[in-house]
Amino acid sequence: MTTTAIFLVAILVLGFLITFQIAKASEYVSVLKGEKKSMEQSNRINGFLMIVFLVVGLIGVWYCNELFYKKTLLPFPSASEHGEKIDLMLWITIIITGIVFFLTQILLFWFAYKYQHNPKKKAFFFAHSTKLEIIWTTVPAITLCILVGFGIFYWFQITGEAPDNAMRVEVTGKQFGWIFRYPGKDNTFGKKYFRNIDEQNSNELGLIWEDPASHDDVVLSQTMVVAKGTPLKLIINSRDVIHDVGLPHFRLKMDAVPGTPTTLWFTPLYTTEEMKKITGNPEFEYEIACDQMCGNGHYSMKGIIKVVTQADFVLWRAQQKAAYSAITPKAEPAAADTTAKATALLIRK
Amino acid sequence: MSHEAALHGHSEVISHDAHHDEHHVHHHKETFISKYVFSMDHKTIAKQFLISGMIWALIGGLMSVLFRLQLGYPDQSFPFLEDILGRWAKGGRISAENYYALVTMHGTVLVFFVLTGGLSGTFANFLIPLQIGARDMASPFLNMLSYWFFFGASIVMISSLFVQTGPFSGGWTAYPPLSALGEASPGSKVGMDLWITAMALFVVSSLLGGLNYISTVLNMRTKGMSMTRLPLTIWALFFTAVLGVLSFPVLLSGFILLLFDRHAGTSFYLSDIFISGVGPMDHEGGSAILFQHLFWFLGHPEVYIILLPAMGMASEILSVNSRKPIFGYMAMVGSLFAIAILAFLVWAHHMFVTGLNPFLGSVFVLLTLLIAVPSAIKVFNWLTTLWRANIRFTPGMLFALGFVSLFISGGLTGIFLGNSTLDITLHDTYFVIAHFHIVMGVSAFFGMFAGIYHWYPKMYGRYLNNTMAYIHFWVTLAGAYLIFWPMHYEGLAGMPRRYMDYSNWESFKQFAELNKFISTVAMIVFAVQILFVFNFFYSIWKGRKVTTQNPWESNTLEWTTPIRPGHGNWPGEIPEVHRWAYDYSKDGRDFIPQNEPIGPDETTPH
Ligand code: HEM
Ligand SMILES: [Cu+2]
Ligand SMILES: [Cu+2]
Repeated sequence: MTTTAIFLVAILVLGFLITFQIAKASEYVSVLKGEKKSMEQSNRINGFLMIVFLVVGLIGVWYCNELFYKKTLLPFPSASEHGEKIDLMLWITIIITGIVFFLTQILLFWFAYKYQHNPKKKAFFFAHSTKLEIIWTTVPAITLCILVGFGIFYWFQITGEAPDNAMRVEVTGKQFGWIFRYPGKDNTFGKKYFRNIDEQNSNELGLIWEDPASHDDVVLSQTMVVAKGTPLKLIINSRDVIHDVGLPHFRLKMDAVPGTPTTLWFTPLYTTEEMKKITGNPEFEYEIACDQMCGNGHYSMKGIIKVVTQADFVLWRAQQKAAYSAITPKAEPAAADTTAKATALLIRK
Repeated sequence: MSHEAALHGHSEVISHDAHHDEHHVHHHKETFISKYVFSMDHKTIAKQFLISGMIWALIGGLMSVLFRLQLGYPDQSFPFLEDILGRWAKGGRISAENYYALVTMHGTVLVFFVLTGGLSGTFANFLIPLQIGARDMASPFLNMLSYWFFFGASIVMISSLFVQTGPFSGGWTAYPPLSALGEASPGSKVGMDLWITAMALFVVSSLLGGLNYISTVLNMRTKGMSMTRLPLTIWALFFTAVLGVLSFPVLLSGFILLLFDRHAGTSFYLSDIFISGVGPMDHEGGSAILFQHLFWFLGHPEVYIILLPAMGMASEILSVNSRKPIFGYMAMVGSLFAIAILAFLVWAHHMFVTGLNPFLGSVFVLLTLLIAVPSAIKVFNWLTTLWRANIRFTPGMLFALGFVSLFISGGLTGIFLGNSTLDITLHDTYFVIAHFHIVMGVSAFFGMFAGIYHWYPKMYGRYLNNTMAYIHFWVTLAGAYLIFWPMHYEGLAGMPRRYMDYSNWESFKQFAELNKFISTVAMIVFAVQILFVFNFFYSIWKGRKVTTQNPWESNTLEWTTPIRPGHGNWPGEIPEVHRWAYDYSKDGRDFIPQNEPIGPDETTPH
């Protein structure tokens, strides 16, 4: 252990000493040679390195893309309709900025190389040109208008109202995990209040049992199940600090803010099983990654969205027990009718 | 000092200064304390900021090496670390608590203490009086206070590393509720109080400095130095100071409300909070998002506070070493102005996914992408400055060129993030890390290095060693791209930032090898920075001596002072200015200093 440390330090110190000696020596040499001559020499070396950097850099850009493009989300289709628009926007932006990138970097390093000091030449006194300046004000302005136009167009589609038939699921973040709630048959979420939260008695969300609408709410943690092709509207909350529902494969995310619910809707396009085939990864899952620093366990705050077919979803949904049934085992689960709710209330009181 | 002169109007400057100099010689008997510690000489204060900034940069950089070690080798332990770092690396591993503390401190230190305090503090102090032709700042005393508040802030921030519950660990943006509730994270206990105190002192320091810079530039220019003859460095430092003075107070107000929420039972930012194992909090009715508005109202201008000085210095250094005037001087000033205005109108682009009203979001998209126009103008003007130049690759020039390259690379990814549609997927991923490290972190560092190499002869009367400088430049440039370029790909895989371990994530674990590579390069680059620091201190005493007054054959006024200027800068009269700073290669002459009168048959006087 400490030997490694000593070894490392030794290498470091040795490297420094060598560099330092070379640096000092070359300074003496340059003093002997004369300032002018040594400046010309180092100028040539640095000018040459400019062009080397450009060429190696461009190859590096290509090589990096070879290595890592396939590890990003881009080779595979987006798992939501919104994501398809985002991908398109991304490609438009990559192409436009890509052109500018290559153009300007090539000019920069090429000019640096080409116009390196030459004692026989004089620089060209060129202080300004209204024409040029107008060109490179208007061209970027127009290009950016195009990007803003597309951007805002998609943005309003993505952030617009969810369709009426959307399935609603409430997502609540807490240090360090996720809680999901499905409304029952009544399709309404029961009221909740944070002072009611009682983890010992399985009331993680602080549901108010006095509100009958809460009696058929299903509460789950870690994994939520949704149906392919059905618009899904998430109602996002936090129980403690700010979290963020990050959904990389759907290309979406939205903060979970305590006290201020946010929403996000999208339509899943592929089931988890289909996505396993598409990505060629048998372990594939739609992971929910917390995307807002939320404390020391932030990096482990994972949830899963299982996307299943419509039929499987109906089946799954029927098997879920209402949270209320956990505290009052005698009460009817999901399908509680009004009388059952009334009795339940009485029992509790 | 000569601020009386300014009050009397420019016409009297000369006679008054002549008088002032005798005065000067008679009175100041300088002791060690008044000369090096509580100095009121702007040049000494600049060096104090520079050296403090360098110490901070080493600390901040070392922190990143440590947490990169964790990211690169999440499954290994390094027992020797425990020998060196004690409780920071128990069993040779970095715990989550320490990881987040390191990341938070790294961000805070580099953004505020190095690239704001260190960068502006050094170059605004050093260059403003020298380049506008003044004997010192408008108020040398406030200037001294500005440094000592900075020093105080540093001490408090450092001390937070040693408290038992650890330093603040909720990210440099300090979003509540995490930063407001000690129950939510140990770092939010005493560590956070110290963090806020340090930041408050820091704000005071930067306000004292900023007000001084502004009044000096406006009031104390020498005769003939009209605003439109100022070198671009001064314009940039001037706008930087204006940004700071207008936005830091907002940050401070945000912090004060945070302090109230922490200790006075108020609920500005807090509502509906239940903490596992603790229970419900009393606070109700606040808005956590309010803090983000206050924070980013400073936070976005802050990124330009960091960047503008680098832009100004790069412009100046590119022009001097190209032996060409900077192309489009007025457009350069205009774009700095446009950036300074727009910097205040884009803050909510950091908040697109907080539940912000979509219409408001779209307004911020438009305003954000507008900033790219002045940025583009600057880039094209720099490129045109290089066209048909006669370039000398001094170390300063190399770093200025590197700055332009990095600014392009990082600026372009801003166009992705400023587009709310793309930000939905890219926000808080490594794409953002790549963007702001390239455009703000590394490129501002390059501007700073350019400035240090270029003005070192003026600061210490000696040169830095060139060979070490070249090694420093090429390794840092290549290293910066090797570290940050691949991170764009991690971001495009959705890999979130601020995670200490990705190995349990099916979606992100494919980058394990890459993370290892990045960490290794980061260590090499850090080692090369130590080489630079060594070069810096070694050369103060042992560097090659400067023998000519104007080693870079530059036009600006600082090179008309003696090789080692004393307090008051010019032993005789302050030179009068007759032209702009960029008459290079004009009328067949290599350069024409600003203090040379316009000749009878000169073309197009500026
Ligand atoms: C073309 C101009 C630029 C545009 C359009 C732009 C846009 C953005 C946007 C939209 C974000 C937020 C991304 C997110 O959190 O999801 C961002 C982050 C950031 N930008 Fe830029 N940017 C530009 C230039 C700059 C410059 C010049 C700097 C610094 C000198 C800078 C520094 C930063 C920093 C520090 C962050 C990260 C903040 C954090 O911790 O969340 N940006 N940029
Ligand atoms: Cu979280
Ligand atoms: Cu910003």
